[in-house]
Amino acid sequence: MRKSIGLSFVYLALVSLLAALFFGCIGAFQYIMPELLRDSFPFYKIRPLHVSLIVAWIFLASVGGIYHALPRILQKPLYSNKLAIWHYWIFLITGVVIIISYLFGYFGGREYWAFSPILAIPIIISWFFLIINFFTTIKGYRIELCEDKNGTSKLVWPVYIWMWATGIIFFFLTFIEAYLWLIPYFRENIIGELTVQWKAYGSLVGSWNMLVYGLAIYVMEKTSDTRISSMPLTYSLFFLGFINLLLGWSHHIYIIPAAKWIRLLGYAISMTELIVLAKIIWDWKGILKQGKKHIHSIPYRFLLSSDFWIITNLIVAIIISIPAINIYTHGTHITVAHAMGSTIGINTMILLASIFYMVSENRKEDYSETELKLIYRGFWLTNISLAIFWTTLIASGVVKSYYTLEDMPFQQIMNSLHSYFIVFAISGMSLLIGIVMIVIPLLSKLSANQLAENEQ
Amino acid sequence: MKMILPIKILLFIILAYFVYSFAIYNQVMHTEVARKSISPLAVKGKDVFQKFNCISCHQIYGLGGYIGPDLTNTISEKGEAYAEAFLRNGSLRMPNFNLNDTQVEALIEMLKAVDSSGSFPAKDFDVSWYGTIQKKEKE
Ligand code: HEC
Repeated sequence: MRKSIGLSFVYLALVSLLAALFFGCIGAFQYIMPELLRDSFPFYKIRPLHVSLIVAWIFLASVGGIYHALPRILQKPLYSNKLAIWHYWIFLITGVVIIISYLFGYFGGREYWAFSPILAIPIIISWFFLIINFFTTIKGYRIELCEDKNGTSKLVWPVYIWMWATGIIFFFLTFIEAYLWLIPYFRENIIGELTVQWKAYGSLVGSWNMLVYGLAIYVMEKTSDTRISSMPLTYSLFFLGFINLLLGWSHHIYIIPAAKWIRLLGYAISMTELIVLAKIIWDWKGILKQGKKHIHSIPYRFLLSSDFWIITNLIVAIIISIPAINIYTHGTHITVAHAMGSTIGINTMILLASIFYMVSENRKEDYSETELKLIYRGFWLTNISLAIFWTTLIASGVVKSYYTLEDMPFQQIMNSLHSYFIVFAISGMSLLIGIVMIVIPLLSKLSANQLAENEQ
Repeated sequence: MKMILPIKILLFIILAYFVYSFAIYNQVMHTEVARKSISPLAVKGKDVFQKFNCISCHQIYGLGGYIGPDLTNTISEKGEAYAEAFLRNGSLRMPNFNLNDTQVEALIEMLKAVDSSGSFPAKDFDVSWYGTIQKKEKE
């Protein structure tokens, strides 16, 4: 077999994750020690490094997972391994250029994509390669829908193929949409531009979540021998989730004086997430029962913890999507808690599950006793640190919101939050240590793995 | 080659997304506040704002970084001179970017434009029974 391009993506992903968390910790400590690296590594350089590297982690790991899974699902090679390799190198080189540009202080200055807009071009091109590769590879592929009540079986895509297909297409569209601000028509209109920007960002995050959740379902199926990916109910939930991800963005901008129907539509759609939440909680007991059977599988453990974080984050998301509550939580660290909870608790746990599955499937035996200990302790350290981190952010958001209502001056609010920021920075640090403990065995397996595949 | 059903559905979803997006753009670009497009100098101010990545520390309408204060209504609440002092000198927490006069002027113009577009945090609003908010009518 040729060296799997998926594994190369994943290796790079893990390195990005470590770097992202490292910069995140520096940023967190700059909150409490404003003089820390003030001149050499100021916060306005650290933050984009942290954000871009985390986004890189999510994309590299999910794209790597897809490139790796497709040939196994379809039992045939990718349409073009070469295109995938091109994709990899364009991503890598663009990433390096972006990091260098930050260090030298060249910014595009937008949220999420703080790099110069020119650097979006190679990303768009490489993504186009993925589109061609993905859709040509799955051309004509269908499976039987299971449990059809009428007794006839329909031929469909499994739900994870749907998730990847929609995620890949909509990332392409919304990423381009996020650059509409370059057009003067939008740029010369403050409210219009902000609305368009957050509309694009909301759906953009939705589309990368589709890539990640698709992997979650794929790995779930592989570790627990169920056929969830082709059950009718899973499709309904997928479509509901998908509509939410695409249209449920307006809670970012309730606060902006835009048209009322936009807010109402966004609100109504956000509330349909209650159905998804109810369903997950409903299933939770069953999952836990199953968990006893599958807990020997490392990927399963990570999926289980992501499920926990899905529930907690969904509850917060639903609450802060209510406009009358959003008006207080908006612009506070509650939003940060929401972002961190979903990128670390949900996305990172799922992606780690997926990488463990790619590297060693459900075989615990591939790891030495010491490595297993390291992974399990890292797992707990990460989750517990995240819980502290997350709770502190929520608490500091509540306090900030309260003081803002009281019209307390900004600097005084920040001073009164100082102790929260200390807990935040320290738990961030232990989170980094936890992730390092998990990632080191993975990286060493990956280097060995790639070598072995090269030799063949 | 005949298109399979999933591809047809996917194309339909993409089309629907375009229609929906245009409806949104059409609406937001023509509300009364939004229609006041901003002066060329203020647009230049936005470019400066992006060039120095001010959003990493500051928020506008509560969107952005959290180390610095929200800037939506700085001008009307604290005045131009106050804002200019920060732009020219920085502070313990805010770096001094050594901005030149044109850049400072453009930034102030931009902050003024943002200020006149609305207010944050929202004050004086009514809450409906189903949780939406509406600005109180001014008598
Ligand atoms: C490293 C973080 C950081 C960056 C980057 C930054 N600021 Fe600030 N800024 C602050 C902080 C913190 C304050 C509050 C004053 C203080 O605590 O010293 C502030 C205060 C201000 C104020 C006064 C607002 C008020 O209500 O008190 C203005 C105006 C301002 N900044 C504009 C800008 C502009 C424009 C840029 C980009 C050129 C910028 N800042 C970049 C951190 C930053």
